[in-house]
Amino acid sequence: MRLTRRDALLSTSATLLSTILPRSAFSQESPRRGGILTAHLGSEQRILNPALRASTGVYLITSKIMEALVDLDAEGRPVPILATSWEGTPDGKTVTFKLRDGVTWHDGKPFTAADVQYTAMEMWKKHLNYGTQLQQYLEAVDTPDLHTAVFRYSRPMPLNLLLRALCDLGYIAPRHVFEGTNILENPANTAPIGTGPFKFVQYERGQFIIAERNPNYWRKDFPYLDRIVWRVITDKSAVAAALETGQIQLSSYNGLSLSDLDRLKDDKRFEVSTRGIEANAFNNTLEFNTRRKELSDVRVRRAIAHAIDVDFFIENFLYGQGKPATGPIPSSSPAFYPGGKPPYPFDKKKSEALLDEAGYKRGADGTRFTLKLVPIMNGEDVPLLATYIQQSLAGVGIKVEIVQLDIAGALTTVYRDWNFDLATGWHQYRGDPAVSTTVWYRSGSPKGAPWTNQWGWQSDKIDQLIDQAATEIDPEKRKTLYAEWVKAVNEELPVWMVTERQFFAATSKQLRNHHNTQRWDSSDWHDTWIAAS
Amino acid sequence: MRVLLLALRRLAASLPTLFVLLVGLFLLLQLAPGDTVDALVAQIGGGDPTMIEELRRYYGLDVSVAVQLGRYVWRLLQLDLGYSAIYGKPVADVILERLPATLLLMGSALSFAFAAGMALGVLAARRVNRWPDTLISTLGLIFYATPSFWFGLMGIVIFAVKLGWLPAGGFEEIGAGYTGFRRVADIAWHLLLPTLTLALIFLATYLRIMRASMLEVMNLDFVRTAKAKGLSPGRVITAHVLRNALLPMVTLIGLQAGTMLGGSVVVESVFALPGLGRLAYEAVVQRDLNTLLGIVFVSALLVIVINFIVDLLYARLDPRIAT
Repeated sequence: MRLTRRDALLSTSATLLSTILPRSAFSQESPRRGGILTAHLGSEQRILNPALRASTGVYLITSKIMEALVDLDAEGRPVPILATSWEGTPDGKTVTFKLRDGVTWHDGKPFTAADVQYTAMEMWKKHLNYGTQLQQYLEAVDTPDLHTAVFRYSRPMPLNLLLRALCDLGYIAPRHVFEGTNILENPANTAPIGTGPFKFVQYERGQFIIAERNPNYWRKDFPYLDRIVWRVITDKSAVAAALETGQIQLSSYNGLSLSDLDRLKDDKRFEVSTRGIEANAFNNTLEFNTRRKELSDVRVRRAIAHAIDVDFFIENFLYGQGKPATGPIPSSSPAFYPGGKPPYPFDKKKSEALLDEAGYKRGADGTRFTLKLVPIMNGEDVPLLATYIQQSLAGVGIKVEIVQLDIAGALTTVYRDWNFDLATGWHQYRGDPAVSTTVWYRSGSPKGAPWTNQWGWQSDKIDQLIDQAATEIDPEKRKTLYAEWVKAVNEELPVWMVTERQFFAATSKQLRNHHNTQRWDSSDWHDTWIAAS
Repeated sequence: MRVLLLALRRLAASLPTLFVLLVGLFLLLQLAPGDTVDALVAQIGGGDPTMIEELRRYYGLDVSVAVQLGRYVWRLLQLDLGYSAIYGKPVADVILERLPATLLLMGSALSFAFAAGMALGVLAARRVNRWPDTLISTLGLIFYATPSFWFGLMGIVIFAVKLGWLPAGGFEEIGAGYTGFRRVADIAWHLLLPTLTLALIFLATYLRIMRASMLEVMNLDFVRTAKAKGLSPGRVITAHVLRNALLPMVTLIGLQAGTMLGGSVVVESVFALPGLGRLAYEAVVQRDLNTLLGIVFVSALLVIVINFIVDLLYARLDPRIAT
């Protein structure tokens, strides 16, 4: 190739431009109004009401249409949305929310404290998954005036727990639409009416959902986008094709396969990142049924953990998307993360020694005993880990039989029938250990409750720590209690948190102001806009 | 009139089969661990026991299987397919929404596979054991042996991602608001790749059956007679061989109509089409009994209707088969 002076000049200026331009271009770019954002929806939801169903699939759509009292900012601090301020009493039994004035529902009715009262008492406390637990000691919501809601609890409610939980479990539904009807069958559950920046337009089953700009939104001059369209695409490979052809601009919560995420990471058109989804961490788990004699011995449980090379698994099966967990509280939760190292590093010799010590010597065929493993199919990585566990444990003389079931079947088999020795799936952390994490260890969950302690294992010390931390008002003391708790459950190991992972989103670089809070995909997108292509 | 009477008689004869099918499936599905509430809880990532109990009551799962079956049969007798747990509306509505896309996809794929399979089969038979035959038979084998999801995905990669000629998926342009002919063209545009994908496998079968059937008929006495009386080879093929060779093809259509409804799950998922196959799959995963039974009911009806038409066609093709 001959390089002319012209080429050389052009290329230098281009290089210069490319180093200078991006930063200045971003800071000077003024938001463009209009445009349609098309997002991927992986599985259709039965109802679109976040005050009745807590699930990322529901938030992905409804958080643009309905609003919560609070949301998280980029640093993970609660910020006002429908509540403008909040205050707790020193005894922790009363929390007062001041509510935003001048907010109207999409049907024109004003938003008041009566909506908050109704939603809290009739939906969160009675129907909302995780909400019913969070609000079980909620006695009443008083409404001294139109814009004040006073939550009264019979037991102390830590304010930081409540606020963090309310980002997900604090969506408000319109009282005037639901009151006096059968809540679960109300048509507004599939055609939501909210206060958010976008209004529901159309839901075509199996195809798409459309919402359009709310001209009367309380944040003046927002949102920027004209419309949001969610396309239902169930096949993960098809999602990648839709992204690449521009049919969709966003797929979050691991809507793409691990290999496509890895491939698109190097594609200049997309940002593939965990940024803006920090609030939803999860772990791959290994759950032990301690009713099984061998597994009732903590040495055996530890031996199993020691036998599995987590680093190798992450590197070779998960494309490096994750790290070994240090316990049930993820490092992305600075308010509670106690630090530390993975408690059971890969050590085959130690594993074998522990098994020998526990009295399970290898038999004539090299096998010590056989276990039944039930994978709970939360994601494509679960069967991979199941196979990896099977192979790893064969290395220390434990034979593993994998029982393949779909997710509904696996949940029943593990949590209701207790018909398993080992199970592997996901533990999802929801901002505060008291929301959905401590139930994995607390005794007393009724038989059949999924993702709770159904291991036939119980510890008074750990139960006590969990209860104490759940009602401790002082944030520092709470953190200390949880640190102590993590240490204790790592020691006892009724469940082993194998990996610590974050969800990935693939986003078109045309999008601006995306993933700028810790739960952006489940937030309102009021300031998101699309740059001209 | 006679045809109508015949149709009614045929339907009446199929009723017991239909009933046994539905009840059998209902009982069979009881063997699958977990119910629709478990599936819902799995989807939303957990829930507490009180909520789960309440949902079970809401979906009518708190009573024994016998009572559930009784309720279902009673509703069925009143021509009520029940409520869909996934979509929260009557199953009949849910299925009606999906039926057009399925019928369109199935109809076009079947027509294409039939037409192309017939043409290629005739071609291969006329040049039997020469290079066109070898080429066509090899192609047929490749189509038959390749899984349709792979064809679909490769089609998307080449024609949508790389070349940008065709849309990657979907039934039509969302929110474009096309009407009339523009909309028809848009839908056709979107269905081109899925139709081809679905058709290729069936094409292979048709092609092989057609070829074999042609070869067989070509050796029959009446063909020799036709040749002997001095008809041109083209005329022998079209007037004498083709018509008789078509009989097994028509049988095959009747048999495959059912398969096609189920076989489109893969194609519908890959191309994000709102068809019955995907609905059925989702209904199984979500343990939505009513929807699944409803789909089976509609599919069975469809198969009965198609087979009825096939029988009528038989009579036309071969007058010896009296009805």
